[in-house]
Amino acid sequence: MATKVKVLGVWCSPFVFRVVWALKLKGVEFEYIEEDIFNKSTRLLELNPVHKKVPVLVHDDKVIVESLVILEYIDETWPQDPLLPQDPYERAMARFWAKFADEKLMQTAWKSTWTKGEEKEDALKATKEVLEKIEGELKGKSYFGGENKYAYLEVAIGWINYLIPIWEEIASIQFLDPKRFPAITAWKSKFLDNPLIKETLPPREKLLFYLHERIKQREIDATIRELAETKLEN
Amino acid sequence: MAEESVKLLGYWASPFALRVKWALKLKGVHYEYVEENLPNKSPLLLRYNPVYKKIPVLVHNGKPLAESLLIIEYIDEAWKQNPLLPDDPYERANARLWAKFFDEKCVPEVMGAFASKGEEQEKAAKARENLKMLERALEGKPFFGGDKIGFLDIAVGWIGIWGRIVEEIAGVSLIDAETMPLLTAWLNNFLEVPVIKACIPSWHELLEHNKGFHKILTGSST
Repeated sequence: MATKVKVLGVWCSPFVFRVVWALKLKGVEFEYIEEDIFNKSTRLLELNPVHKKVPVLVHDDKVIVESLVILEYIDETWPQDPLLPQDPYERAMARFWAKFADEKLMQTAWKSTWTKGEEKEDALKATKEVLEKIEGELKGKSYFGGENKYAYLEVAIGWINYLIPIWEEIASIQFLDPKRFPAITAWKSKFLDNPLIKETLPPREKLLFYLHERIKQREIDATIRELAETKLEN
Repeated sequence: MAEESVKLLGYWASPFALRVKWALKLKGVHYEYVEENLPNKSPLLLRYNPVYKKIPVLVHNGKPLAESLLIIEYIDEAWKQNPLLPDDPYERANARLWAKFFDEKCVPEVMGAFASKGEEQEKAAKARENLKMLERALEGKPFFGGDKIGFLDIAVGWIGIWGRIVEEIAGVSLIDAETMPLLTAWLNNFLEVPVIKACIPSWHELLEHNKGFHKILTGSST
């Protein structure tokens, strides 16, 4: 029987992982297709002509893009093991924290790894402030969904648990001091121990290498730009 | 039945607050409107929205919520009458996607045209290109929501007012009747619906208010 659900993704994207985790938690069978983001396939460009990005979910003849929109689609189409809570206010707050983490945490934390000096210090400070808010949200709970229950925020911001430690290693900095963030630390440990999560995570060394290369490339590009500007001034 | 309390913290010149007003009105929800005296943010606002410190904020029975599109989804779920989002998951996804596209790809370009000094025509061209794409979501229907106003209508509708203001102040074209016939027809239709029209702030006041902003942003005299 032909697979009805397909996910187009890349091996290192936290946005793709959201979709994969949601489908796995619900026991939905799907075909995963790896895309090369530096060499986008015709298939990807045809399916997502507006944004040209992964993840893309294809369900029969329906195409859905943008990871958080995909999560809601998945939750509404396969109602077993619901990700979002029933109560409208709790649903709204779950969506709010996912949006907040995307807008305020991801870029700032990544920025802390490749910037230097004052810019780095500012990014680091901003990152910790955001983490504090998330810590506050998690306090007193094992998971965002409650006791032993994976929910929307596990799926939507679970990327924190594998990406932040990697960024910490690359940049030799610490975001998640266990003393300052006990709730997130405990959550992270349980999350990374989950077999379903473990089997989907990218190999650590591969990710470290890839991100190292990206940072190096950034530095090379910045140096080239600097040299070009110096030449123009002369 | 227990007394229900609904409060909206807003600002008269904010299109994002207007979105939420429209949603509440369409649902027939009684609410208390609290005008924030921006840029002086009240302690109430800072208490209710410590994360972003912005309006609009909806407070329902003491529980605060921020971010206009999230608030509208909440309103749709808390009050079931006159649904704003469609029933079908795929149609819901498309409504959310187009609203996201509008906020992320159209609005910044429009703001760019407004705030630019020297690049306004370029930015307006990009804004027009992206706004034109919204016509795909209309597909010959009177409203984005079909026969009646829905989530996407409320999310995008303010462009008919603020867009015209940017056109006048910055000297650009954003919503062109010739190249965007569907969008133009929809806007003319939407903004005339009585419950929608009743919430729109005074054109003249909005224009003057934004002229002031334009001066500051571009460092020019209008």
